[in-house]
Amino acid sequence: MADGLAGTASVPGAASLAAPGSPHASMRGVTRVYPGAAPVHALGPIDLDLARGEFFSVVGPSGCGKSTLIDVQAGLAVPSAGEVTFEGRPVSGKVPDGIGVVFQEDASFPWLTVTDNIAFGLRRAGVDPAEVRRRVEYAVGFMGLRDFARAYPVQLSGGMRQRVCIARTLVLQPRLILLDEPFGALDQQTRLLMGDELLRLWRETRATVLLITHALDEAAMLSDRVGAMSARPGRFVDLLETGWPRERDSSLVAEAGFGAITARLWSHLRAESLKAMGGAPP
Amino acid sequence: MSAALARPGRPRGLALDQPLIVLALLLCWQGAYAYAGSSAITSPLATIAYAASMLQQGWFWSNVGATALAFFYSLVIASLIGVLAGLGLGLWRFAGDVTEPVLAALYTIPKVTLYPLILLLFGLGLPAKVAFGVIHGVIPVTLFTLAAVKGLPPVLLRSARAMRLSPRQTLLHVLAPAVLPEIFTGLRVGFSLTLLGVLIGEMFASQKGMGFLILNGINLHNVKLTTAVVLIVVVTAILANAGLLAADKRLRRQR
Repeated sequence: MADGLAGTASVPGAASLAAPGSPHASMRGVTRVYPGAAPVHALGPIDLDLARGEFFSVVGPSGCGKSTLIDVQAGLAVPSAGEVTFEGRPVSGKVPDGIGVVFQEDASFPWLTVTDNIAFGLRRAGVDPAEVRRRVEYAVGFMGLRDFARAYPVQLSGGMRQRVCIARTLVLQPRLILLDEPFGALDQQTRLLMGDELLRLWRETRATVLLITHALDEAAMLSDRVGAMSARPGRFVDLLETGWPRERDSSLVAEAGFGAITARLWSHLRAESLKAMGGAPP
Repeated sequence: MSAALARPGRPRGLALDQPLIVLALLLCWQGAYAYAGSSAITSPLATIAYAASMLQQGWFWSNVGATALAFFYSLVIASLIGVLAGLGLGLWRFAGDVTEPVLAALYTIPKVTLYPLILLLFGLGLPAKVAFGVIHGVIPVTLFTLAAVKGLPPVLLRSARAMRLSPRQTLLHVLAPAVLPEIFTGLRVGFSLTLLGVLIGEMFASQKGMGFLILNGINLHNVKLTTAVVLIVVVTAILANAGLLAADKRLRRQR
């Protein structure tokens, strides 16, 4: 994997950025209020520690602040209160080096080919062209895009475009990958297969992953831990550990314990979703 | 792979559409000539022959040069102001929301009613022609650019931030290529309207240029001259527009 997308080993000083045992990323008392004539309290207070190399998923009802959580951790939004850190350093209003974000919407650049899309961030960062070529070629092959390397996004399916966006983020060798419902627009079968690919990437890159999803089975299958959020303002109402081995794939859905995890998540989500819709749980 | 990369091709039969349209226009022209007679319009053949002879004349080219110069200045000024104003208003959302309906209303004003004011401001000659061209072309370029920036998917700019691009990099490598096709469409529309403005300007108050030749032909009842100049202007505009349209389609092909 030294020749691949793994970034942890190749980042100078990465290990010294956080003391051993300290969280890789964390939120302490984080809230987010959208100001205005009628301020909207979207999130929090939230406390969350992500261990280095952990796969953490967040589920919650629509509008509970899941995407806001990603924005705040990424540095794309400033918290109204509380502290956000990444590798021991505060995050506020600017995306720190080492964090990669994949959005729910198609963020591929339509004027660039698949190869140029994936190389985009590396070129803007002034990475050596030979290194750009090496990383992009690896990512194109790894994400199964070799036959489409010269295609434009408009020529690709939704799933393939999302793979391009994931590859574009991964070549930057992020140590924390934030995924905001990246498979939200895909059908169930494609989502399961993309989930397998995501697990493979997670193992290979050894990155920490924070995944926002509305799909309980996706969260249960992919994660080491899952956080269930309340209706707005979003807070964690449950944090559960799945106990899955690191080597895992979508065949987990047939495991006996899988149903128990999704059932527990659903019990929270059902009540919170009813609240979000203005109803009371029966 | 081939299915995923398939593009809709040009429907069969469209290869003949343009020659057929030209033929239909020529037939209409011939019909108009047969109906109105040579005191109103000359026949296609006679006009083409006279236009060809004009192309050999120095006085004709000096008029073409006068129009080309005024048109060039007008187009450059209208494009620069339109693109910069559109980008600024698009990025400053509040100003864009306030200004857009005002610009749309201004766009509908018959610009010819402003001509006396333009003459008072700029006097006779090149500046007035350029100003008249600019006021025709600048609003559509501004509106197209403004709409392009407002319609930009926010996720592209969020991606730029997530990849830690500087504002300059975001402008050059994300915003500019993302809005380029729409801006180009605006420039294409602006091209036609700016030419129209310059020609009208030359018709009203100028001693040189293609617009002046047309009006001079009308005043002297020189139908041959009027029709030939109109033909040359129309053919030039159509060819230029076809070139710009092809470039526009090429820009949009991968979108």
